[in-house]
Amino acid sequence: MPTVSMTVNGQPAAGEVEGRTLLVEFLREHLGLTGTHVGCDTSQCGACVVHVDGKSVKSCTLLAVQAVGTEVTTIEGLATNGTLHPVQAAFKEHHGLQCGFCTPGMVMSAVDLLSQNASPSEPEIREWLEGNICRCTGYHNIVKAIDAAAQAMKG
Amino acid sequence: MLDRPGAITGAVSTPRQHDSGHKHVAGRAIYIDDMPEPPGLLHVYFGTSSEAHARIAALDLAPVRAAEGVAAVFTAADIPGENDISPTHRHDEPILATDAVHFAGQPIFAVAARTRDQARRAARLANVTYEPLAAALSIEAAKPAGAMVTEPLTLVRGDADAAMGTAPRSLTGQMRIGGQDHFYLEGQIALALPGEDDEVTVYSSTQHPSEIQIMVAQTLDVPANAVTVEVRRMGGAFGGKETQGNLFAVVAALVAKKTGRAAKVRPDRDDDMIITGKRHDFLVDYAVGFDDDGRIMGVDMTYAARCGWSSDLSGPVTDRSLFHADNCYFYPHVRLASQPLKTNTVSNTAFRGFGGPQGMLGGERLIEEIAFATTKDPLEIRKLNLYGPGERSLTPYHQAVEETTARDIIETLEGSSDYWMRREEIDAYNSRSRVLKRGLALTPVKFGIAFTATHYNQAGALVHIYRDGSIHLNHGGTEMGQGLYVKVAQVVAEEFQVDIDRVRITATTTGKVPNTSATAASAGSDLNGMAAQAAARTIKNRLIAFAAEAWDVPPDQIAFLPGRVRIGQQDVPFAKFIGRAYMARISLSSTGFYKTPKIHWDRAKGRGRPFHYFAYGAACSEVCVDTLTGEYKVERVDILHDVGNSLNPAVDMGQIEGGFVQGMGWLTTEELWWDDKGHLRTHAPSTYKIPACGDRPRVFNVRMVHGVRNSEETIYRSKAVGEPPLMLAISVLHALSDAVASVAGHRLCPRLDPPATPERVLQTIDRLRAEDAAA
Ligand code: FES
Ligand code: FES
Repeated sequence: MPTVSMTVNGQPAAGEVEGRTLLVEFLREHLGLTGTHVGCDTSQCGACVVHVDGKSVKSCTLLAVQAVGTEVTTIEGLATNGTLHPVQAAFKEHHGLQCGFCTPGMVMSAVDLLSQNASPSEPEIREWLEGNICRCTGYHNIVKAIDAAAQAMKG
Repeated sequence: MLDRPGAITGAVSTPRQHDSGHKHVAGRAIYIDDMPEPPGLLHVYFGTSSEAHARIAALDLAPVRAAEGVAAVFTAADIPGENDISPTHRHDEPILATDAVHFAGQPIFAVAARTRDQARRAARLANVTYEPLAAALSIEAAKPAGAMVTEPLTLVRGDADAAMGTAPRSLTGQMRIGGQDHFYLEGQIALALPGEDDEVTVYSSTQHPSEIQIMVAQTLDVPANAVTVEVRRMGGAFGGKETQGNLFAVVAALVAKKTGRAAKVRPDRDDDMIITGKRHDFLVDYAVGFDDDGRIMGVDMTYAARCGWSSDLSGPVTDRSLFHADNCYFYPHVRLASQPLKTNTVSNTAFRGFGGPQGMLGGERLIEEIAFATTKDPLEIRKLNLYGPGERSLTPYHQAVEETTARDIIETLEGSSDYWMRREEIDAYNSRSRVLKRGLALTPVKFGIAFTATHYNQAGALVHIYRDGSIHLNHGGTEMGQGLYVKVAQVVAEEFQVDIDRVRITATTTGKVPNTSATAASAGSDLNGMAAQAAARTIKNRLIAFAAEAWDVPPDQIAFLPGRVRIGQQDVPFAKFIGRAYMARISLSSTGFYKTPKIHWDRAKGRGRPFHYFAYGAACSEVCVDTLTGEYKVERVDILHDVGNSLNPAVDMGQIEGGFVQGMGWLTTEELWWDDKGHLRTHAPSTYKIPACGDRPRVFNVRMVHGVRNSEETIYRSKAVGEPPLMLAISVLHALSDAVASVAGHRLCPRLDPPATPERVLQTIDRLRAEDAAA
């Protein structure tokens, strides 16, 4: 079995996995980082979004071996010293969640959006989130939260 | 409303955030699949039927047993107790198929292996020899023979035939209504841990832990007290985990007890969609008599539903469709009948609205038909037929509609959405625009609150106060994202006048509160809020009696104020007061119980008061349709919804927005499709389209009716909010219909059936053009 090693949330992480092990399986089952969820297993719902070298990626679409040598950030690694990232804080504050199952993926997607576009318009937010499904909220408060986070990050 | 200065945080009626919000955003909220896996855990997968209806002539499981990693394989013969998980105990729903299969996807055996991947691979290795039997896959196929899964219901008031015979005008028609997959983001899952003797603990993603407990007990042939079922949260449910979790939970428990190892069952998304039941699709036949003004005189409707291979909850679901066939309208003479048809498809089940939305669609179709027949605006027909005082207040089931809320809401929204101005503007636009056509519709919702099975309308809660003044709260309701936990915690915080952070919300478990009902029928906070309040008040009364004696003041001079207790002239901090009570040996723990008053229902007679009260709302939707492609956009939606005195306005707004969008998905893009062999072909989000972020209306004005308390004595006079908003989306279907009608000069009723996918919109446009040209 191949050995994989990468940096996850700033810490070195390594393990022996089967070649077909998905990144999401490595994160959840080998590293116990269960904040990254599996909603569809087929790269469509976005519940499993993490960052690989700063870019949002559906971790059920990537093999663990493909992530060797990269810097992976999961939802657990987003807060710094116990302080929520502004996107996390905004999702909480603006009720951008109900059951919460889509939330980690939504947050990770939104953080990537804001790193590329500091003031996205509402249509831009909507378009960006096409790959993230939420069955509960109707997206209204999710869009609101991302908009508020963008404002907050501009300070 | 914000937290008031000097007041407690998280009081009733404040927009408190979801109790787990800080954990959800940090990825630290634990769902069942996130729990640390016990050593030796077995992963379980189902081997399922490829045939819609067949006799199993031979079943060879040797290759499954021989597969890598497989620890054990289970068939019906391995079940020590009953091989049945019918929630209504009709013995028509085997856990694992025995001699025959009744739908494609039915579990035949379960395989337990070291890894999930091994279990999935092994499950495919069985050699099953089928002898095909005749299969009824659709409502049309099932209707002639008319086999039903449960007794149909007929509601009759007056003489519908005679009324239609004497009515100046009448018409008949048919409406097809599609089903809907729940698409909860967290799929079905159960984790079972074997205990001592006959004991087992099951973590189940379920809306109904008490039912899982009974099902596990009867499967294992052990008493209910050997089984503990717990659920902290679900990643969405929407009715799809009211009964559909049973299968996964009982098999996890079976494997755990048989092997002595922990067992987890988690189907992947495609299998989840294939194996579990959905919203019922319906075929509605209708006849309506009316006068030249459009006033309804007589109604006759038959609601045929595809129930699937077993009864599940189809009886109460189809009953509820009849209870909502009137929506907000008075039918002077009426006959409504249900046909819960048996088909060789998955067993359809509860889904937000529970048959009510389908019932309402039938009623709204009548309104639309009459509007076209009388060349009036549908809104005029709606208002003309609303329930009114006296004999115009009687529903088809003889419960009176006493309030004028529907009319009030419609008229307010009519003004605030500028309905008539926009109507004119849209007409003018449509006469200019050749390809793009806009449509507008305003539809109301009246939804009955209570389980129609009267015995379900009960709830229990358990409250402890520990000697440091911290509070432990438990109740029978489950959290699926709807915010029930925070709402009930707000009730307890309010009762004791403590900050909500002092109230620990704990996982729902059969070990703490027994014999609970499903968290369903929108009744979660109505029932559990009241039960928790009762528990809190029992403790409060003991505390008041204690303080009166210890401080020697009359009880009426003792009050729970924010963070403290006022005893005569003296204020004692809450925690200190509790410490004193403990030292004085006061019991600081209590159960609470609630049963909904006033309701009764005689199904045989079709009479009673099945509902405690009604929740109301209305929505005005505007769409724009591309008549060349059938594609459309929802341009603007205005909603006014009645939640009584909201327990938590932020949570309630979320329910309204989310419910509306989910309803819109059902009526527009979500299409379930089975092939002619009975295989579901839309079993993943690639082919089954729930609303995405871009589908939400461009302008979305959502408001709650302000300052109207529930006239019934509900918890702080609030109203249930889980299901009713879903039906606000009927306005989108009618707006689409309105836009489509403009291609034939509004001369023909489009009879646009849901889901109004772009294909169906286009087909309807073509049909209308052809019919109009022929006329
Ligand atoms: S689980 Fe990866 S996209 Fe759904
Ligand atoms: S909050 Fe439940 S899926 Fe988004």
